[in-house]
Amino acid sequence: MTPAPENVHWLFASAFLGLSLFMLAEVIVGPEVWAKRPWRPYLWPSLLFVLGLCMWSVMVFYTNSAIHMIAHSAWAQVMMLAGAAELGLARGKLKSTYWRLAPFLAFVVTGTGFLVHEQNGWLFQRSAFLHHLLGWTFLVASVFPFLRAFRPRSAVWATGFALTFMVVAVMLYTDRDVAPIFGHLSPLAGNPHR
Amino acid sequence: MSTDYVSEARTGERKTKRARAIGVSLLGPLTVAGGLLWALWQPYRITLLDPHGQGFWSLVVEPPLLAILVGVLFQLLIVPSLLADLEDAGA
Repeated sequence: MTPAPENVHWLFASAFLGLSLFMLAEVIVGPEVWAKRPWRPYLWPSLLFVLGLCMWSVMVFYTNSAIHMIAHSAWAQVMMLAGAAELGLARGKLKSTYWRLAPFLAFVVTGTGFLVHEQNGWLFQRSAFLHHLLGWTFLVASVFPFLRAFRPRSAVWATGFALTFMVVAVMLYTDRDVAPIFGHLSPLAGNPHR
Repeated sequence: MSTDYVSEARTGERKTKRARAIGVSLLGPLTVAGGLLWALWQPYRITLLDPHGQGFWSLVVEPPLLAILVGVLFQLLIVPSLLADLEDAGA
């Protein structure tokens, strides 16, 4: 009794929404206040790491082609890597600021994965459109984690990083298994849901 | 240092702190409001309103309600301690 793929996308969207709220709250109150409770700095990195773990189950139960499977496993790995690197930085075990490039790598791999594994055009159906849109969003937004790595106290880059997750959440919420996009739906896509 | 400068600095600090408290307090309610507006805009996405023929997951995973839930949980679990710490900071 596994949920439909669209249900899984919506669950991930909710987690990304939570992730963005944690990050935005950290930006608003500042890192010193955010770190006043020992558990708080681990909040979003551990959520990111757990999402990476969950992505493995998506890879196992939902992928129906090699390229689909590779994309999901790549996302699982880079999410876990980014989460683990941020956990190490929060804990103080990792010192080098270059570890902050792990989320940048995650964004680039994720964006590339979306674009490479989508075999259909933008207007084939909604999920194809979202794959293209998500791919380009991650690639363009990778500038935020990249600059955040070198200016970790910059509110601008941290806010951009946080808002990217909110935008991604909105995109994932709009996903349907089969649905038109701007009135377009390829007859090859199947029957649309309501 | 002049007491005027100290007083001005404290006033500025208090204003910043207040702005931060308002900002962080708005995150949850804005998320909830977004979910509510979405539910009103696309009521067909609330499968509980028409549960006949829906499967378990379709009834459990409803995007507008999930967005509302995230906002509520954030507001209840994260914001109170954050506001308390913000109040204590530099007190």
